[in-house]
Amino acid sequence: MIAGSMSTATASPRNEFWAGATAIVPLIVGAVPFGIIFGAVSVTSGLTPAAAAAMSAFVFAGSSQFVATGMVAAGASAVVIVVTTFVVNIRHSLYAVTLAPHLQGYPQRWLAPLGFLLTDEAFMIVVQRFGRRDNSPYRHWFYLGAGLAMYVNWQLCTWVGIWAGQVIPNPRAWGLEFALPLTFIGMLVPSLTSRPLVLAATAAGLSALALRGLPNQMGLIIAILVGVATGIISERFTHTAGTPDIP
Amino acid sequence: MTAYELWVVLGMTAVTFGVRYPVLALVSRVRLPATALHTLRYIPPSVLAAIILPALLAPSGTELELSLANPFLIAGLVAAILAWRTRSLMPTITIGMALFLAWSWIVRTYLGA
Repeated sequence: MIAGSMSTATASPRNEFWAGATAIVPLIVGAVPFGIIFGAVSVTSGLTPAAAAAMSAFVFAGSSQFVATGMVAAGASAVVIVVTTFVVNIRHSLYAVTLAPHLQGYPQRWLAPLGFLLTDEAFMIVVQRFGRRDNSPYRHWFYLGAGLAMYVNWQLCTWVGIWAGQVIPNPRAWGLEFALPLTFIGMLVPSLTSRPLVLAATAAGLSALALRGLPNQMGLIIAILVGVATGIISERFTHTAGTPDIP
Repeated sequence: MTAYELWVVLGMTAVTFGVRYPVLALVSRVRLPATALHTLRYIPPSVLAAIILPALLAPSGTELELSLANPFLIAGLVAAILAWRTRSLMPTITIGMALFLAWSWIVRTYLGA
């Protein structure tokens, strides 16, 4: 779309930067409610505003921030939260595997910030850009522009949400923390595009329910493992039925 | 920020940067086997479902509440249908939240719960 319009334009760091920042705008718009809801839910779930803002500033990984907030509210230990964060974010290493061949030869002073800015949204935009074969020597500026735009927006949305979560009087009485599971439902249901994915989610959900009495949310981690195992095993049985999304 | 929160944020920062950056840094031909790719795709739905189901069916954290007087369950089911039909986040959250608040009020007012 917008990114495509500059393939023949004179490539410069500035052009690439702004092309990246512009190309990611549709995805940024989609992330705005997430950021605001994160800020609001985190303070209504018991996180201090400073911790909520620091999480967005330093972790910068939306779904894991939501999960961590839910676990803080449930009283999980820091170790369990960090382990869960690792599990939730491990998909980012997949993105890195995909992008790495395009970033060969760049110095670490570029790769470190680009790695930090690697979100689902930035990946989707950057992988499109890197897929075009146009010898632009400044493609890393495109990545930087997309990643920074996403980053700045995420901070602003978090702050707005923190403010909103504080000005709403007595949020606990309203049950506004229910926005978190609601957000998860909105993320989960559309992602269940094959039978193994449905079975994995069902198995994980029922396991978590059955194991909810375990301390420190250990039941959550076991449930995730059960869900992944269920998905893998059920692939063998549904493969003959034809699941085109599994290569 | 409490000490607990500091550890949470520090730990999360370390592991998140730790899954993003090192692979980029080791720019060599890192290629995950296809089975690893298969495994990873089941993690996000498993995590989400493992948080959602207990939040809807046992909102107090202990008792299973399979009843119409459980607004978490009713609003969650309607939100799931909305998410399935609209595939969009905003109607799922706004209508789900409105229904949750209305249902909670009805339960409090008429069922004395």
